[in-house]
Amino acid sequence: MAKLDLRGVRKSYGSVEVIKGIDLTVDHGEFCVFVGPSGCGKSTLLRMIAGLESITAGEVAIGEEVVNAIPAADRGLAMVFQSYALYPHMTVRQNLSFGLENIQTPKPQIREKVEAVAKMLQIDMLLDRRPKDLSGGQRQRVAIGRAVVREPNIFLFDEPLSNLDAELRVDMRGEIAALHKRLGNTMVYVTHDQVEAMTMADKIAVLRLGELEQFGRPLDLFNTPANLFVAGFIGSPKMNFLQGRTDADNRSRLILDTGDTIDLPEGRFTQAPGQAVTLGLRPTELQPDPDGALHAHVGAVEQLGSESYLYGTFQNGTPVTVHNPGQTTIRPGDKVTLTAKSTAMHLFDTETGLTLRA
Amino acid sequence: MARVWAFLTNTRGGARLHWTDWASYAYLTLGIFLMFGPVVWLVMSSFKTEADLQRYPPTFLPYQQETVMVDGYDDPLPLFLMTGGEYEGQVLAQLRRVGLQAQMIDPENPTERLRVTIDQREPVDRIALATENYTDLFERFSFLRYFWNSTFITIMATALMLLVNSMAAFALSKYEFRGRTTVLLLVISTLMIPQTVVLVPLFLIVTELGLFNSLWGVIIPGAATPTGVFLLRQYMLTIPDEILDAARMDKASEWKIYWRIILPLSAPAIAVLAILAIMWRWNDFLWPLIVLTQSENFTLQLALNSFQGELQTDWSSLLAMTVLTLLPIACVFMFLQKYIATGIASTGGK
Repeated sequence: MAKLDLRGVRKSYGSVEVIKGIDLTVDHGEFCVFVGPSGCGKSTLLRMIAGLESITAGEVAIGEEVVNAIPAADRGLAMVFQSYALYPHMTVRQNLSFGLENIQTPKPQIREKVEAVAKMLQIDMLLDRRPKDLSGGQRQRVAIGRAVVREPNIFLFDEPLSNLDAELRVDMRGEIAALHKRLGNTMVYVTHDQVEAMTMADKIAVLRLGELEQFGRPLDLFNTPANLFVAGFIGSPKMNFLQGRTDADNRSRLILDTGDTIDLPEGRFTQAPGQAVTLGLRPTELQPDPDGALHAHVGAVEQLGSESYLYGTFQNGTPVTVHNPGQTTIRPGDKVTLTAKSTAMHLFDTETGLTLRA
Repeated sequence: MARVWAFLTNTRGGARLHWTDWASYAYLTLGIFLMFGPVVWLVMSSFKTEADLQRYPPTFLPYQQETVMVDGYDDPLPLFLMTGGEYEGQVLAQLRRVGLQAQMIDPENPTERLRVTIDQREPVDRIALATENYTDLFERFSFLRYFWNSTFITIMATALMLLVNSMAAFALSKYEFRGRTTVLLLVISTLMIPQTVVLVPLFLIVTELGLFNSLWGVIIPGAATPTGVFLLRQYMLTIPDEILDAARMDKASEWKIYWRIILPLSAPAIAVLAILAIMWRWNDFLWPLIVLTQSENFTLQLALNSFQGELQTDWSSLLAMTVLTLLPIACVFMFLQKYIATGIASTGGK
């Protein structure tokens, strides 16, 4: 069983702390994605799990065994690097068999395994080529093949798709997901692309500045973000945020800085009267409505045929994005009123950024 | 062949030669003459007899005097063409020369001895290669012994140097450890110490270790060179760390990473260093001169030196051996020169 446990994991370079105490558990067979903006420490964390970076404090456990002191080679993991890191002087076959040779696998067995993996990843006709003669997607497959062939307990992926073009990225995304299904291994995947995270993950860990912001299933993160950062990071286009303050007499009445007033649903949030709060509304949940409470000025309209986007500002200049299924008659320069379903509202404490969900 | 010809007859374009073509070809021809002239002269001279070498004015091609075997004489006799006197026009063989007079005989009529003055004759020459210069090296001098010594020193010293330097460069480029910069600075700063300064201490150490008059005494002191370490380190810095990480994930030991990943990927830089090392070792003179005193340990360079006596120099042997000494290094250079340009270009740090 390859369960991965991080307990209070920290990492400092000198006096700079880059990983500030992370606890999470990835169960056997789960596909876990670390996502966050660049510089959030997600790659460092992955390298610490791999054993390529030392751990300053805390524990990393694989299965039930603490592996802090075990060198990378003996942790039973395989890693796919962002730059693929194929051995440029070796053919694809040699690249794939290098790891097996190092664990003294008999030659015929190496051959067999390499060919099986190559067939699975559709690189069997490339076995005698060198990495420089392969396209980006093919290199990616070889890099994955090199990880797969050793049958590791846990796969680690470090932004493996970031060097591919958009179309190929979508293809490979599907293939990695399919690979996970077929092998049933635990996988840890690092990306800065929240779409990748949403589409592939069983669990997502959102990281920011070395801290774990939220850890959970993709839709849980989408539907119930724990704080402003997660709310803004997960989902595309980004959630609209409106600053405001609850009425001092009626905590269900929200007076927005835009000048509009809106009623909050009863019992869903724990806001206090007179509290500074931020209202979060996803673009898909905002709809133009003649009776709407929110007044906005449309700056630009994107008509994509099957859907359309309105980009505008509220009366105080706060930007707003509205997603409209189908086509729209609204044009740039129009004034519109918007409404939001009360069930789709997110409310956060402006000071702490934490959700006020009951 | 067609491509070589096309290359050699390149012009600026157009059917007629532009004046820049003339200038380029003149310049290149001059260059060829300056570069190859001495070498060609050396090769030509190495085929001349000792007598031919002393000839004034010197000739480009090697000449030898015609000789003839005459009945009743054991040795071949040199032939002369008479240019004056009563035998003018005849070809005579010289028996002996006494002062300005020479005793000659007509090869057709060997019984009659003729007396001529030496200014009435000139030697009959033909173009001939004095290959005995070369065969003598093998018969009279132990050329193969010197050749073996030189080869052994060159190969062992180069191999040892590449191994030691690449391991040092690997550590200095790919491992983070306290004092790494200090070590690197120390290595580089030894570049500033001329070899002559350390000659005596080095000699004392070599003697102390019992390596005096041993080939290893020449090989070991040159095993680590700051130039080599620095050159390789700069090249290895360009190898991405991720490849090493990937190898570590592939359960490769550090030794294996060095042997299977770092060394093959540094091949261009190692080739450059190998060429330099081979040339240094092969042409090295001062240090072998100090360490090796017995002639059976001599390298080719020392053997060449020993041809030059205080009173007389065996020029024909010296020149022949010089040619043979040049050949291996020229071959090495010919086959590996393409790495020099690419290697040095890529060691310059991207």
